[in-house]
Amino acid sequence: MMNKGTAKRMLSQNVREICLFCVIILLAALVNLRSGGNFLTAKNISDMLVDTSILAILTMGMMSVIITGGIDLSVGSSMALAGMVGTTILKNSMASDGSGLHPIMIIVIAMCIGAAGGLVNGVLISRLNVLPIIATLGTMNIYRGVTYLVSGGFWVLQQNMTTAFMSVATGRLMGVNNLIWIAVLVFLVNFYFLGYARTGRQIYAVGNSSESAAISGINTKKVVTLAYVVTGALAGLSGILYVCRFAASQGETATGYEMNVIASCVLGGVSISGGSGKVHGALLGAIMFGMLNNALPLLKISPFWQEAIRGLIILFSILVNALVSRHSTKKALERRAIA
Amino acid sequence: MEQSTQRVSSRVILNERPFSFRRFFLQWEWMLVLLFIIINAVNISLSPNYLVFDNIMSAIQMFCDKSILVFPMMMVILLGDIDISIASTMALSAVIMGVSYNAGMPMEAAMLLALAVGAACGFINGMLLVKFKELSAMIVTLVGMIVYRGIASIILEDGAAGSFPAWFQYLGWGYVGKVPFILIVFAIEAVVFGYIIHFTRFGRGVYAMGNNAVTARYSGIRVDRYRLLIFTAMGVFSAIAAIFLASKMGSVRPSMAKGYEMDIIAMVVLGGVSNNGGKGRVPGVVISTFIVGLLRYGLGIINVPSQTIMIIVGVLLIVAVIIPNLKTTLSSSKTFRKFFNTSSF
Repeated sequence: MMNKGTAKRMLSQNVREICLFCVIILLAALVNLRSGGNFLTAKNISDMLVDTSILAILTMGMMSVIITGGIDLSVGSSMALAGMVGTTILKNSMASDGSGLHPIMIIVIAMCIGAAGGLVNGVLISRLNVLPIIATLGTMNIYRGVTYLVSGGFWVLQQNMTTAFMSVATGRLMGVNNLIWIAVLVFLVNFYFLGYARTGRQIYAVGNSSESAAISGINTKKVVTLAYVVTGALAGLSGILYVCRFAASQGETATGYEMNVIASCVLGGVSISGGSGKVHGALLGAIMFGMLNNALPLLKISPFWQEAIRGLIILFSILVNALVSRHSTKKALERRAIA
Repeated sequence: MEQSTQRVSSRVILNERPFSFRRFFLQWEWMLVLLFIIINAVNISLSPNYLVFDNIMSAIQMFCDKSILVFPMMMVILLGDIDISIASTMALSAVIMGVSYNAGMPMEAAMLLALAVGAACGFINGMLLVKFKELSAMIVTLVGMIVYRGIASIILEDGAAGSFPAWFQYLGWGYVGKVPFILIVFAIEAVVFGYIIHFTRFGRGVYAMGNNAVTARYSGIRVDRYRLLIFTAMGVFSAIAAIFLASKMGSVRPSMAKGYEMDIIAMVVLGGVSNNGGKGRVPGVVISTFIVGLLRYGLGIINVPSQTIMIIVGVLLIVAVIIPNLKTTLSSSKTFRKFFNTSSF
């Protein structure tokens, strides 16, 4: 029952996401052409999506923190910690016949660890008024250090993991890898939560203006804390999936991953100053980032060039984004002046 | 110096508030002094080898190449910005220096080239920030972080450049008498930056911008020019730190100095500089640099694993930021006020 007006409004509200989607399609087509049709094969697309799904899960978590106007630098360390604790528990629970705790239990444990880490961040930031970048910089060091302490300097390897756990990352449901299903689930929940749930909308309100949100009766401290807890829980989830996919857990797991996540958020049009950003935008940003990671080696670009090219593409897209939004603000102002 | 700083700033800003001992000793710098004393006392009691002059000097030599970056970073943070591209700038300028020296350029010219590269990196960051005001410093320097190190790895791939002349080693390892050369550089830098930040029009302008950039602009401060200048200076000092690091390591590679940006930001913040802009002083930053450096050294001497040191530094950083906040948090809390029946702490 969508009439013309709603369609038009939906289009104008999602200009940025539609642009990004077109860029992704265009880039994919170009890469496919250059690589002689090796890019857009069913196998490569599914490989790429599996690789991207972990990043996408965390990007959709990080966006709620960024919407509140904060940032979470500790997610990489949280991933390592949750992955390490989860796999260590798994290792200790393993019987001689190779059975152990159910993978779902391990995932829940990892998410709880991540959420606890997020709660610490949230309390520091909302109750004790520490700036997000400082608080999470500190906890980034702390969680990484705790990871080393938990591991005792050892790796948890494939032989220490049960086959049931390993099959989380390799198994398929209806021909599609489990990781992709998990990412889709996180997307749907987050899409509803941030777009339509009351608490989700409050996150945007706090990000736009903390004071007016407080005046209109929103418990800003609770909302901010919640955003960090959600991010932490999703960091725990992606940490355990990361460990599961690469079949190894170690102290250095996911070092520097936070920068990939922030870059994906920025590509997806989530504003670092807070208050704006869409879940499908963040998802597209993560897919774009994942595609760059997958396409550059396929184009036989030297690995030493990939980093710089990736950076320049990110720079290009944020500059275009800034110019487009400048243009649209100007147009909106002009329209108001005429009317 | 600290006392006179306090007087000048209070005369300018607070219009001659009477001097009070209580306020003077409640300053953040005194907390740091206390922390410094505690850490040293603990270190001394834990290890008899700690308080040996030569040991301390060599420890200082170990962390002073990082410390060169704290003052420009302090200015960046005073503005309310952040620069996470400095480690990549260091890598790029060091790599270009090494490659051009190995290609036959005289060492002095290669060093100047490194400074120019650093300045260019900082200038690009600053220019992007000034031209695109809607982008935050975090994003711009995040891109810089990726691109600069990316260029360094294009130039040198996974190789290394080095075999620098013998005199070049002196920068990182040399002593003047019994004092490391690098410590003298740090001391001079501290004095110069202390003067610039606290006693010049430029420095006071930086504080004004950090407090409120719009008001600062209306009161006639050339906001954009200041910002550009500070980011360029950040780049130049990254190159200087890179030269010292290269001298110490004897070779350069694209992966050098990874993670330095977080260490340096942590030192500056521990020194009482607020990312909200407009707060913090040079003496605090100097003390916090030594706190972090000597803590690492002291714990290293008694074989505390570096992972535990990581946790301690993280906790220290957070606690350091919480304590000054605690006053406002507590006095705004209802239970606290009921308890003490007062609104001021």
